[in-house]
Amino acid sequence: MTSMKVTATFVIFVTFAIFVRAQAPAYKVPRTPDGQPDLQGFWSNATYTPLERPDNVTKEFYTPEEAAAAEKAAAARESAETEPGTVADVHYDFTQFGLDRSQATLARSLRTSLIVDPKNGKLPPITAEGKKILAARAEEAKRLGGRWDSAQSNQLDDRCIIMAGPGPPMMDAAYNSNYHIVQAPGYVMILTEMIHDVRVIPLDGRPQPPAAVRQWMGVSRGRWEGDTLVVETTNFNGKNPFRGSTENMKVIERLRRVADDTIEYNFTVEDKSMWVQAWSVEAVMRKTAGPLFEHACHEGNYGLYNTLVGARLEDQKAAEGAAKKDSK
Amino acid sequence: MRNRFLTRVTVVAIGLCVAAVTLVTAQTPAYRAPRAPDGKPNLGGIWQAINTANWDIEAHSAAPSPVLELGAAGAVPGGLGVVEGGTLPYRPEALAKRNENRANRLKLDPEIKCYLPGVPRATYMPFPFQIIQSQKHIMLIHEYAGAVRTIYMTDQTEAPADSWMGWSNGRWEGESLVVDTKGFNDLSWFDRSGNFHSDALHVVERFTPRSADTLNYEVTVEDPKVFTRPWKMSMPLYRRVEPNAQILEFRCVEFVEDLLYGHLRKQPSQ
Repeated sequence: MTSMKVTATFVIFVTFAIFVRAQAPAYKVPRTPDGQPDLQGFWSNATYTPLERPDNVTKEFYTPEEAAAAEKAAAARESAETEPGTVADVHYDFTQFGLDRSQATLARSLRTSLIVDPKNGKLPPITAEGKKILAARAEEAKRLGGRWDSAQSNQLDDRCIIMAGPGPPMMDAAYNSNYHIVQAPGYVMILTEMIHDVRVIPLDGRPQPPAAVRQWMGVSRGRWEGDTLVVETTNFNGKNPFRGSTENMKVIERLRRVADDTIEYNFTVEDKSMWVQAWSVEAVMRKTAGPLFEHACHEGNYGLYNTLVGARLEDQKAAEGAAKKDSK
Repeated sequence: MRNRFLTRVTVVAIGLCVAAVTLVTAQTPAYRAPRAPDGKPNLGGIWQAINTANWDIEAHSAAPSPVLELGAAGAVPGGLGVVEGGTLPYRPEALAKRNENRANRLKLDPEIKCYLPGVPRATYMPFPFQIIQSQKHIMLIHEYAGAVRTIYMTDQTEAPADSWMGWSNGRWEGESLVVDTKGFNDLSWFDRSGNFHSDALHVVERFTPRSADTLNYEVTVEDPKVFTRPWKMSMPLYRRVEPNAQILEFRCVEFVEDLLYGHLRKQPSQ
């Protein structure tokens, strides 16, 4: 009898322990006053984890030691790029102004690549149509001339038109990878620090606008699936290709708060005009200190203006040099 | 006896009615807005001003387009003005600068360069804006240039730096959202007519629901470097009631590149 009692107690104890263990990871997502899972606050997606897996890495996850070493190496490469005297340093001394990722709130992960599908951690092969589109884009870039031939032949970020932060999908923006999420009944709003880009995502199930409406950030529609915010975005203008995407891209994002300081941020990219298959990413956003500051990029864009002035002076000098040679 | 009793009852009843009517009349002016989940008035929605304040906040007559090619499409519609008292109380030297701004507006108006609109101009530009209201932060999201304001309701601080849209702290006063904004730079204007301010600008705005689909928008502007006294403007704001209304992108930087940098384009002959 006694041994039976002991056994019974043991079984109950073990069952309880298993139950507690199984339950422990379940984080109870706080709610907003209107009952939405609460994603509000300031978040960072700064990361050294590359989108695609490095060629010399074959596994999906690093050990914590390997991850720390990879991060250290990436930080060293980043700071070397902007060392005093280098070209990048003329643009910004990242370290001095706290713009390097190692001074940001890092959204760390043990993953060796953000891409989880395809399984090799690389972008899928490009379609025949995609190859034609890429060739046409290269032609168009050639037609626009050299980088400093006009404002339009520069990169979108140098022109203060759009950066990597707002997406969708929302990606590390090299620096200031900060977001502010605010929720109201029927809406989730995501403010990106870079170029104060705002996504207002309606949750009321409204349809997408007509295909004639095309935007840099597309048009997003959201819904809650349990604790997960699912956002579908189409109607892109295709002028800001994401790793080659076209205006036919569809992005499906999933945001789920898994801890007070962590949002799981997964997304799938579908674009049959560019890739033979859809591809998916698993990333995280980490709670960071607010507030966000006004990033009046265009208003303060002396860089673009001054560089174009410099390039035209160079043109002038070259023309004068050529004229002198002719007169000899 | 019976009649006298009835008379008395009637007198008392009439008295009560008058008292009740008086009480109700005294309380009616305040429209009570539907509540947000936290019990505060719900200002959420997409709003837009319908007036000519962005052309000129003072009273003005209709005028031809400053750009010949735009003909009637670019002409200025007349307006009765939104400034209390009609005229802005400029210091003499500031008035001279306003007039100079006005004469050179095609070169100087920040709107033409797609610069951030500042406050309060953002509110009455001919574009909608959306209020996203939570307990801690109220966001004002403007279609024009993607301008955005964060109103801090709880975690309030002084402006950390000067900016185009300023640093806004908010509070509820009855049915009104009161927004106190400082920390401006001196680069934005009030309208297309050169009315301007300095970096000493201090703006206090009151957003008060006046019906299901309208807000009263009242602004007190203080800037001792430019004006001799604080002044006020007010206007209604209207809800965009289309069921599919949404803020679209007006990413105008791309639209002004030839205007701002076109003269720096590489010439084919070179």
